[in-house]
Amino acid sequence: MIDLKGYGPALLDGAVVTIELAFLSLALALVLGLIGASAKLSKSRAAIGIATTYTTLIRGVPDLVMMLLFYYGGQVAVNNLSDYLYNAYGVDFFFQFDPFISGVITIGLIFGAYMAETFRGAFLAVDSGQIEAARAYGFSRWRTFHRIILPQMLRHALPGIGNNWQVLLKTTALVSIIGLTDMVRVAEEAAKAERMPFHFFIPVAFVYLSLTAGSELFIKWLNKRANVGVVQGS
Amino acid sequence: MADSAPLICKDIHKTFDQLEVLKGISLETKKGDVVSLIGSSGSGKSTFLRCVNMLETPTSGDIIVHGDPIRFTTNRKGERIPADNKQVELIRARLSMVFQSFNLWSHMTVLENIIEAPVHVLKVPKKEAIERAEAYLNKVGIYERKDYYPAQMSGGQQQRAAIARALAMEPEVMLFDEPTSALDPELVGEVLRVMQNLAEEGRTMIVVTHEMSFARDVSSQVLFLHQGVIEEQGTPDKVFDNPDSERMKQFLAPNF
Repeated sequence: MIDLKGYGPALLDGAVVTIELAFLSLALALVLGLIGASAKLSKSRAAIGIATTYTTLIRGVPDLVMMLLFYYGGQVAVNNLSDYLYNAYGVDFFFQFDPFISGVITIGLIFGAYMAETFRGAFLAVDSGQIEAARAYGFSRWRTFHRIILPQMLRHALPGIGNNWQVLLKTTALVSIIGLTDMVRVAEEAAKAERMPFHFFIPVAFVYLSLTAGSELFIKWLNKRANVGVVQGS
Repeated sequence: MADSAPLICKDIHKTFDQLEVLKGISLETKKGDVVSLIGSSGSGKSTFLRCVNMLETPTSGDIIVHGDPIRFTTNRKGERIPADNKQVELIRARLSMVFQSFNLWSHMTVLENIIEAPVHVLKVPKKEAIERAEAYLNKVGIYERKDYYPAQMSGGQQQRAAIARALAMEPEVMLFDEPTSALDPELVGEVLRVMQNLAEEGRTMIVVTHEMSFARDVSSQVLFLHQGVIEEQGTPDKVFDNPDSERMKQFLAPNF
């Protein structure tokens, strides 16, 4: 059915790459976001400084530039390090920068910065009385965090996370630039070869649209779950 | 140990930045005592209560819970901090607190609120914790609301649920921080009645309050605080009917 001049299976594989890339980047972004937000809200000046540099830098540089810098720059850095280690210590150390891994790391780093801001706002939105009650009942810091702060913070963070996720999903298209055969890359090659851009790009657009529409429904459901106990204004 | 006082506070001082809020407050309770702390806003009564369970760390002074003194040390900046956070957590679990703005955990139902600390802090088996919670919900008269979320209830019901949460810890001392101040006037009565029942059962309670009739009728000991010192202290009869301090007389005089 979806043969698309024989490119159907390749496009499907590309779509799988896109989805894998998106989910792995999301996982990395969430972890970095939580760490970044915790650092920004900590009392340590060093941690605040590092986190602020990170978010300022990342949010101020175009995604494409970051990606090129990481992929090409990263490889040069590894090469240099490898030469240095071999010449100085005789250590044999080398690895090839894989476009998929670079993609995950770059997108994860970029969206980690946005997530950090989302989480920071969400943490600040948790009513201090809720935390105080936990402390007053003998909760340890960790128990206060995961039983009270985390579930309440998620209420405030989910809309922002959903928004970041949609942008992240679309940003994965950029990795075709550094040679990863995701859906966009396959479509581009097919469109060039067959001189039929509509034929290939419209299905790709449709896949992105269904992914984002599907996630929107999922996030709506998550939101409803996270907001149990909140009386919604009509 | 069995006979030792549930709570002794010795010469508690608390300074915020340059401002000395508590200037040496001492308090000794016997089992079954109901101590009312009264005084105008800013007199330090809430701060004192928060020092008792270490939500604020006293700048100096000792807190002894059932013969067990809280241990302190100083950090690098020279501030006084608890020496052992674990000890503080254990002591807090024995002094449960009822807050002015209830502070029920909003993402949990009433029942979940009540079993949370018994199950996770005291390690009571869940089944037993639920039975206990249901008994206390009956006692405060909101058993039928056990599956409601806090936001679905009136302020009075929320505060009664918060009292059930405090009771479920089976604490040595219950601390009440202006428990009726955030309530509509018609809801104050239901909360005060629950508290009066608890007092009659012989529970040890420390109550920061503006409800003079409660302080007079229910407590065994009244402390009148003014600018961080105890201006007047004694039985309700003594403090209300025969105060020595001018401040106390002014405080009781009708303002309009």
